[in-house]
Amino acid sequence: MKNLAELRKIKERALQRRQLSGEEARARVTVAMGTCGIAAGARNTMKAILAEIEQRQIKDVVVTQTGCIGLCEYEPLVKIQVGAEEPIWYGKIDAARAATLIAKRLIDGQPVTEWEVQTTHTS
Amino acid sequence: MTVFRDLSQHILDIYENGVKAGATLIAVEIEEDLLQDLLTITLRDNGAGMDAQMLQRIADPWVTTRTTRKVGLGIPFLKQTAEMCGGNFAMHSQPGQGTTLAATFQHSHIDRPPLGDLTATITCLIVGYPQVDLYYRHRLLNLTAQSAEEFVFDTREMRAILEDAAPLSDPDVLGFIRNTLEAGIPRAKHLIIY
Repeated sequence: MKNLAELRKIKERALQRRQLSGEEARARVTVAMGTCGIAAGARNTMKAILAEIEQRQIKDVVVTQTGCIGLCEYEPLVKIQVGAEEPIWYGKIDAARAATLIAKRLIDGQPVTEWEVQTTHTS
Repeated sequence: MTVFRDLSQHILDIYENGVKAGATLIAVEIEEDLLQDLLTITLRDNGAGMDAQMLQRIADPWVTTRTTRKVGLGIPFLKQTAEMCGGNFAMHSQPGQGTTLAATFQHSHIDRPPLGDLTATITCLIVGYPQVDLYYRHRLLNLTAQSAEEFVFDTREMRAILEDAAPLSDPDVLGFIRNTLEAGIPRAKHLIIY
């Protein structure tokens, strides 16, 4: 693999930053990426979320993905957990909504109720 | 008729099976051989594997290990896509030995979906399943080329440097992954005959 020197620099910067702030992740974002999610466009949703993270330089949010949670009709689904709060699932989150969701929920710290989906699943 | 627009969506989908099988390493290999007009996608994982009985039933959409939905669609979809593009589909597995899955396609087949946004798929897999290492290898043998173009991305090399300094969804790490994939993934140049 090429560019590994660049990765070493990224590591150095990350370590310095961590020494300064000592912060753990303040929020976790999960994208449902089962067959149903992918068919509904979850890859573009994830791409939009990662683009926001990169452009806005959000360094304290961890993004991962999971499989089908049984709410296929609401795909693409995105879960956001801020700190120790209850995680909330948001439904039909396309790329445009994903960008809005990140800006409102994680940058402005506002609740986003209009896309909330009730679920008993915790995966 | 398939539900996915491109083959990289199938890869994104099928990879999850390896994750669910407890794999710590999954290899995704793409081989484009324009001389033999063949496209091969292989996924190998070191997960739990399965017995012959399960393996035989796996291409049946009514078989799934999930509990959230009653049908498992990923493998039947990929098998169907390969078979309608002059290719075939094979799976090998044994309990404790992991699973290997290979789908082949006639590269030039009119119905073959494009590979699509491989950068997005591989980025999703790296960032989305940080507990699993991904080995990605893409080889392309062009009609005119004397030797194959080859691109390898191995998250084990990345992890050895990063250690726990930053999560894979750190903006700088994301930039590194995106730039490396965009610059490195080979793209077939098709001959267009009028």
